[in-house]
Amino acid sequence: MIQVQQLTKRFASRGDSGVREIVAVDGVTFSVQPGEVVGFLGPNGAGKSTTMKMVTGYLSPSAGTAKVAGFDVQTQTREAQQQLGYLPEGAPAYPDMTPESFLKFCADARGLKGEARKKSLEKAVARTNLQGVLRQNVETLSKGFKRRVGLAQAILHEPRVLIMDEPTDGLDPNQKHEVRALIREMAREGGSEKGKAIVLSTHILEEVDAVCSRVVMIAKGKLVADCTPAELLAKSRYHNAVTVTVRTPSGARVREELLGLSGVKTVEIAEDQVREGAATSWTALPHEAHLGPALAPKILELCKQRGWNVDAIRMETGRLDDVFREMTVEKALGTGH
Amino acid sequence: MAGWHAVFKREFGGYFATPVALVFIVIFLVLAGVFTFELGGFFQRGQADLRPFFDFHPWLYLFLVPAVAMRLWAEERRTGTMELLLTLPISPFGAVLGKFLAAWAFVGLALALTFPIWWSVNFLGEPDNGAIFAGYVGSLLMAGGFLAIGSAMSASTKSQVVAFILTIVVCLVLLLAGLSPVVNFIKGWMPAGMVEAITGLSFLTRFENISRGVIELRDLLYFASLMVVCLVITTWVVGSRRQ
Repeated sequence: MIQVQQLTKRFASRGDSGVREIVAVDGVTFSVQPGEVVGFLGPNGAGKSTTMKMVTGYLSPSAGTAKVAGFDVQTQTREAQQQLGYLPEGAPAYPDMTPESFLKFCADARGLKGEARKKSLEKAVARTNLQGVLRQNVETLSKGFKRRVGLAQAILHEPRVLIMDEPTDGLDPNQKHEVRALIREMAREGGSEKGKAIVLSTHILEEVDAVCSRVVMIAKGKLVADCTPAELLAKSRYHNAVTVTVRTPSGARVREELLGLSGVKTVEIAEDQVREGAATSWTALPHEAHLGPALAPKILELCKQRGWNVDAIRMETGRLDDVFREMTVEKALGTGH
Repeated sequence: MAGWHAVFKREFGGYFATPVALVFIVIFLVLAGVFTFELGGFFQRGQADLRPFFDFHPWLYLFLVPAVAMRLWAEERRTGTMELLLTLPISPFGAVLGKFLAAWAFVGLALALTFPIWWSVNFLGEPDNGAIFAGYVGSLLMAGGFLAIGSAMSASTKSQVVAFILTIVVCLVLLLAGLSPVVNFIKGWMPAGMVEAITGLSFLTRFENISRGVIELRDLLYFASLMVVCLVITTWVVGSRRQ
């Protein structure tokens, strides 16, 4: 549904040392299928918004192509834009308008007429729970409502492709939950064949876990990962590590004992201080991820032998922030592309 | 031009969503009255025509029309709605045209509300209503020309104040080019062809021709082409922001 090929954007930037060229997006290639929710991940300034602006036809790429539902965004801009709904960053809307008149304007601009227009408006308003504020000026609305107005505008015409730039940024936990539920619902609608192709950018990692079926990660304008969230987690060094919370008598050498187990590579302490008698969490990282599952029984056995009280034990799936940091800072800088 | 009517509807309605419309119309009508009756000596002249009324329109528009035009694009860029507008399936020229026509219709409405003066002059005497009609046509065309220039200026900046000042400066140059002291000044040292070209560019000469009751094709073409050229420039400026 979305095909992005070698998309590149260069900006001229005037600095102290004269005009300099900045490569905001550098040869990014990815595609999105119907029914998929792709999380577009990267630190601030990585080129997420610029990529989205090119895919939606707001910015012209310096090189490469973007296709939406088969239409080239550069040469068939109107056709492509008919197929897509877009929530720009910060959900801009005309401050002097009411959500009602704003949505009507969007419906007119998209060529919706008569009964179809009325139904689309009703549906979009109901889905985003805007009924209570329809006649209130947009500038007087709370951030959460403004975002919903932006979402309503994006889904108004039942687009096949939905692109959202930081849809939950700045919302409170309840509002985030609502928006995510809405996104999941839209992706599922009509089965995987007819579902929407959804792309949302974020730098909030929990969001990836919560809604995305795939992750595209960029750093410094380059693509650094394109995989499922589970695959991304598997790249974490904490993947399949075992964290155990134990109460030990004083003088117990927990770290050394854990390191003594076969398959354990390193042991990290999960909390700042070891207090006598108090519970302490230790994380044992396996040499290789596949050794992880065998580790837990061994650790439990060890604790039993030593007479330590086990408060909790769990196997970690991986830590996204860890992967994120590694891929966007270390990888992008370290390999020096 | 796809989608221009949706933009037109939104923009035109937008004037009335805030006190902008009311303030503009009131100021326009008050100033038009002051100019006509105080400065123009409407009653003292003892003639049943609207010359003193129309004579001040260029100077009235010089400040009021840029105030309407300044927000056309500068506001979109400031609030970030430009991104929204240009990712709707509307052609850039359609958006430019819709905004321009809405502003023009709004100024046209303000102009139409001066009808009591037409009514008064008909009550007091027997004016040449054909000439008055021509005066209104000329005034509306001139407002369109000012607005089209303002539209291009507004597209090139994020700041409404800058757009306002730039528009005034450009419009003032175009007005002055036809004012007799200026014409006499340049006549002294410029070749005749050049003088003619400069005065030919002026709003004032064209407007005076029309408001005398002579609607000539070349004057209509002048205003029409000025508007088209400015709107094409606006479209180009709006598009160049996407590079």
